[in-house]
Amino acid sequence: MKRAIAIMVGAAFILLLAMLTLVVLPYIQMSTEQVPPDLEPYTELEQQGRDLYIANGCVYCHSQQPRDPSFAKGDKDRGWGRPSVPGDYYYDRPHLMGTMRTGPDLFNIGARQPSDDWHLLHLYNPRAVVEDSIMPPYRFLFREVESADEDDHVVKIPDPYGPDSGQVVATDDALAMVAYLKALDHSYPAPTLPQPDADEE
Amino acid sequence: MTPTIAVLLIVTFLVSTVGLLALIWSIATNQFGHGKQAAETIFPPGEEGHGEDPARDISDTLDGNLPPNSEAINARQRADLSSRGPVLAWLCSAVFWLVLGSFYGLISSTKMHMPEFLANSEWLTFGRLRPMHLNAVTYGWASMAGIGVALFLLPRLFRTALVGARFAITGCLIWNVGLVLGLLAINLGLSDGEEWLEFPWQIDILFVIGGALCAIPLVLTAANRKVNHLYVTSWYFMAALVWFPFLFLIANLPFAFPGASGVTVNWWFAHNVLGLWVTPIGIGTAYYLIPKILGRPIISYQLSLLGFWSLALFYSQVGIHHIVGGPVPTWLVTLSIVHSVMMSIPVITVAINHHGTMWGHFGRLKDSPTLRFVWIGALMYTASSLQGSMEALRTVNVITHFTHYTIAHAHLGMYAFLSFILFGAVYFIMPRLMDWEWPWRRMISVHFWLVSVGILIYFVSLTIGGWKEGLALLDADMPFMDIVRMTLPYLEARTIGGGLMTLGHLVFAVHFVAMLRRHGERRYQPTLFRSTQQEASQ
Repeated sequence: MKRAIAIMVGAAFILLLAMLTLVVLPYIQMSTEQVPPDLEPYTELEQQGRDLYIANGCVYCHSQQPRDPSFAKGDKDRGWGRPSVPGDYYYDRPHLMGTMRTGPDLFNIGARQPSDDWHLLHLYNPRAVVEDSIMPPYRFLFREVESADEDDHVVKIPDPYGPDSGQVVATDDALAMVAYLKALDHSYPAPTLPQPDADEE
Repeated sequence: MTPTIAVLLIVTFLVSTVGLLALIWSIATNQFGHGKQAAETIFPPGEEGHGEDPARDISDTLDGNLPPNSEAINARQRADLSSRGPVLAWLCSAVFWLVLGSFYGLISSTKMHMPEFLANSEWLTFGRLRPMHLNAVTYGWASMAGIGVALFLLPRLFRTALVGARFAITGCLIWNVGLVLGLLAINLGLSDGEEWLEFPWQIDILFVIGGALCAIPLVLTAANRKVNHLYVTSWYFMAALVWFPFLFLIANLPFAFPGASGVTVNWWFAHNVLGLWVTPIGIGTAYYLIPKILGRPIISYQLSLLGFWSLALFYSQVGIHHIVGGPVPTWLVTLSIVHSVMMSIPVITVAINHHGTMWGHFGRLKDSPTLRFVWIGALMYTASSLQGSMEALRTVNVITHFTHYTIAHAHLGMYAFLSFILFGAVYFIMPRLMDWEWPWRRMISVHFWLVSVGILIYFVSLTIGGWKEGLALLDADMPFMDIVRMTLPYLEARTIGGGLMTLGHLVFAVHFVAMLRRHGERRYQPTLFRSTQQEASQ
């Protein structure tokens, strides 16, 4: 039994060591990181949109972390913005940095596409604005009505992407999602992390 | 970088180095015991030289007719029967989640090139089905089958009956409830939002309880053991069962890690699920089944222990290679890259043992389904681990990060390595628990070829497509949509590969159910890929 306990305690100890270096130290270091003064907390509507972004798994195709141009110059050249720093994520709980770029990076989508109409149409049918896009449509964030009430947000949809008759109205969820996407604007200045060159290793 | 952190980093490296030196010293001075003798622990007296899953000649197996051997055979049967209930419970659940998880994956894959496929319902949107696939196959199939295999092997390794089987059965029930609720939560849009940690933390508590309930029989059985030496497989299993609850609990602590520190915890956890949970189970199983089927001990026992401790030391720190170039401190990324490269040490030690033991006996692959699945799994462990070490390097990662290449790599590890070993283990375990042979030889063959060709198409297409995608993303001259169009054929090929794999799983599941019902006539020979001479002459 002694040896069995030794193995299990040894295993636990090693994991503890890993936790110290990979969880505790970065936590301490990054929580002292300066929050960029121009970064604003999410409004209630934006946070509601962010929850929908999580619920519908946007993170599985979109990253939110442009890399340093000295490391991967494509990120900046595509207009995705300056490299992000830990302080940029101060209000992000949980983080949504992502690991896939099946679609483009969205760290600055609010700066690239500031128009409500573009976002609503794109969410309703991505192929109405981007030819051959493989993004799924989010029609369940919209309602089809015969004629819209005056406080409804009507989405203008070009042929042949709209319904045969009636109008398409954005739900509160769709408007919240657009509010969040437009809030993704980190074009303010921030101190950048030193990045190693790509050919260092 | 602050000086404090630099100092702590240096201290960590020194501790690691001292630990490694201590390990080398203890091996050199034979602190680990008896080498060859220890490797023979898994063979009861007289069994060595006889394969347990007889591959060529029926007279090769140890059948217990000789008086000195009957005690060994009886002990083995006692061990097997004692674990029957819990092992069946965990394996049946695992097969169910495998089939369901495959369909989630197949639908997600189809949606990647047919975005209008099943697009009207929010329940079926890509962003929900994809995490449901990951969670169903990781926590449903891989984890549950892994626990089932561990519960079967541990009584054999300790040469005693399983103590506390009912804890493991209760654990299985709770784990299943957790999976149903967790997948439902993702489907309803209640995900926690981080990859590999999507289940809401309230539901995660069920997994911690279910896993802990499996640790109880493990500890009780270990305390009751009749063997002097703990075989290396039990080292891996015991460590994995310590690591998983620990990891899962910390990473799921609600709201403990806000902002950018969340990403480090996220990937520290996610890679440790692979490295410290499913990998030890896969390697441990191969460490038992390959020598057992061949009837010859592993070639270097000392090396296997070196592999164990170096895996623990290095694998636990590789996670941050998922954020190369991301907004986290550079020293942290570098630390993980270094450890990723160091992982080649345990990988090579395991490779020497697995493949070295096989050396000269490759002919047995023609017959034994278990050996074929397990050895290919072991081979793919070597391949995917070395690929992973390369992929962590900054020069390679700058291309492969954010692309389908990573997805191909993940499936090489979780599927071609782990799932193949689990398939092989299920083919080994079920006849012993049911006292019944597999009903149809051809179905094992069909299963093997469907999943093998399937994963080959899957891996090759996404690796090429992902690499091209990664190169193109670095150069802004190519418009983003052109890159998307370029990857389409590879995504379609992936759906074909995934379809074949799903079909293979259906074949496997049907055969599994037939086995549970003891379908057909009783036979007294193992079901092999080819008919044995005795059968052929009938």
